[in-house]
Amino acid sequence: MDTTLKTKASHTEFDVESIRREFPILSVKVHGRPLIYFDNAASSQKPLAVIKAISTYYETVNSNVHRGVHHLSSLATDQFEAARKTIATHLNANVDEVIYTRGTTEAINLVAFSYGEAFVKEGDEIIISQMEHHSNIVPWQLLCERKKAVLKYISITESGELNMDEYKKLLSAKTKLVAVNHVSNSLGTINPVEEIISLAHAKNIPVLLDGAQAMPHMKVDVKKLDVDFYCFSGHKVYGPTGIGILYGKEKWLKQMPPYQGGGEMIKEVHLDKSTYQEPPLRFEAGTPNIEGSIVLATAIDYMNKLGFDAIAKQENKLLAYTTEKLSAIPGIKFVGQAKDKSAIVAFNIDGLHPYDIGVMLDQQGIAVRTGHHCTQPIMDLYCIPGTVRASFSFYNTIEEIDVFIIALKKAIEILKK
Amino acid sequence: MSIEEAEKRLIEDFAVFEDWMGKYEYIIDLGKDVPMIDEKYKDENHTIKGCQSKVWLHSEMKDGRIFFTADSDAMITKGLVAMVISVLSGHTPEEIMQSKLEFIDKIGLQEHLSPTRANGLVAMINQIRLDAKAHLIAGR
Repeated sequence: MDTTLKTKASHTEFDVESIRREFPILSVKVHGRPLIYFDNAASSQKPLAVIKAISTYYETVNSNVHRGVHHLSSLATDQFEAARKTIATHLNANVDEVIYTRGTTEAINLVAFSYGEAFVKEGDEIIISQMEHHSNIVPWQLLCERKKAVLKYISITESGELNMDEYKKLLSAKTKLVAVNHVSNSLGTINPVEEIISLAHAKNIPVLLDGAQAMPHMKVDVKKLDVDFYCFSGHKVYGPTGIGILYGKEKWLKQMPPYQGGGEMIKEVHLDKSTYQEPPLRFEAGTPNIEGSIVLATAIDYMNKLGFDAIAKQENKLLAYTTEKLSAIPGIKFVGQAKDKSAIVAFNIDGLHPYDIGVMLDQQGIAVRTGHHCTQPIMDLYCIPGTVRASFSFYNTIEEIDVFIIALKKAIEILKK
Repeated sequence: MSIEEAEKRLIEDFAVFEDWMGKYEYIIDLGKDVPMIDEKYKDENHTIKGCQSKVWLHSEMKDGRIFFTADSDAMITKGLVAMVISVLSGHTPEEIMQSKLEFIDKIGLQEHLSPTRANGLVAMINQIRLDAKAHLIAGR
C-alpha cells in the first residue's frame, strides 16, 4: 500500500489500479459479475489501512478511555485524543472544538437540542433549505415543536440550486440559526457556503453546515469558512460506521448545555446537582466509539496522503464523462444540474420507475442508489417518485462507467419492451 | 388449484430461465396481466407504501373466497404483486392465512423481500393476511 502512496507523491498522475487494490471489496463479484460500486454517497468502501487499523486497535490497544490508570487505558486515551488532534488539524479547528458523535445525524441533533435549549425561544426562526437530507430537517422540526419556533425553508431552483435572493429575504432579527448542506446528497449541488455564511454573519446569525457529502471530496477549512458548526460522518470518508464529527466554535459550545447525561461528560455528580465538563467532553456522554474515533483519523490520513487535489481531479473526470455519456441516452432527465456539482449524477428515464432500473442494474453487478435518498421534499418538488443516483469515488474508473452505460441501455431495453 | 399447486406451477414456469434477463422479462410480463384495481380504490386506504415503489391493493369476498386486485407504479414490483395475487386469489381466508408463499424463495426472488428493497412487497403480503383475517372475522 505504501508503494502507491509513494508513487502518488512522486507522480501527479492518479494510479487508480493500484489504489483499487487497497480496497479488497472492489474485487468481489455480484450476481457473477465484477462489482461496480457507484453508491459512494451512501457509504464509501474501506482501504486496507482502515480495515487493518480496526483489528490493530482490538489486538493491541482495546481499553476504556479517560478512566483507568493502567497502561492500556492510557494507550487508548492517548490514541483517542491523538485522533481528535488529527481531525482538528485536518479541519483547521482547535482540538477542543471537535466533538465525537455517532455521525452527521447525531451531530445535527446535538446542535438542535443543545443550541436550541440555550438560544431558541418561542417565535424565533431557524432557516434550512428544501434540499436538505431528512437528518437536517427533522431535528429542526423537533426543536421548533419543542420551542414553538418557526422553521423557514430556502426554496430551490429548477436546476437544483438554492434560491439565494429568497435566502437574503428570510434572514431576519428573528433568525437564530441557518442550517444547510455543503453538498446536496441527492442533487450533487455544491452550495455557495461562503456567501451563505457571510450573509448570516452580517446579521450575527450562526451557520451550521451539514458536510456529510462534502468531506469525502474536498478539503474543508472551518476557520477559513468561519462556519459556526460543521458535521460529517466517518463512513462516508473511508472510515468506520458509527462515528462522526461535530465541529463547533468554542464560543457557542461553551454556552450550550449537555445533550445527553452519563459518564465522561460530568465534573462532579451529587444527589442534588451535577456539574459538567468543558467542551468537548461535555457532549460525549458514555463510553465513546473508541475504535471508530481512532480509525477515523487513519481514514483522514489516508485521504490526505492521496491528496484532495488528486481526488477532485479524478472525481471530476468521472462526473464529466458520465454526464456526457448519459446525455446521449434517449429519454434521460437529469435531476440536479447545478453549475457547481460534486461527483453525483441523479437521473430518471422517461416512463420508467427508478426502482425498476435499480433492480436491472443490480442484476448486472452495478450498485446505484434508487429512491428518494432521504430527501422527500426534493422529490415532491420535481413530482417524481425518486431518482437513480450514481455517486463516485476516486477509486471508480472510466471503464466502469462504460460498463454502467451498457448495462443501463440493456435495462431500458428490457423495461421498455 | 390449491395454493401449493399454484406455487408449484410458478416455480416450474421459472425453471426454464437460465439467466436473469429471461426471468425478469417474465416477471414484467406477468405484471401486465395483474387483475387491475379499479381507479376508485387507488386512494390512501388502499396504498401500501414501500420506501421506493407504491402498491395499491383491494380485496373482495365472494362466496367465501377472497379476490384481489392491485397495481404498482414500478414494473418489477407489479410483476411480483401479480405473482402473489395469482397464487392467493380465489382462496378462503383460512387458506390465505396459512399459506407460506415459498415460491418467492424457490424462484430466487427472496432478495425482493429484503427490507432494503423497500418495494412494498413485504408490506403487501402482510396486508393480504390482515385482509384475510378481517374478512374471516366479518364473515362469522
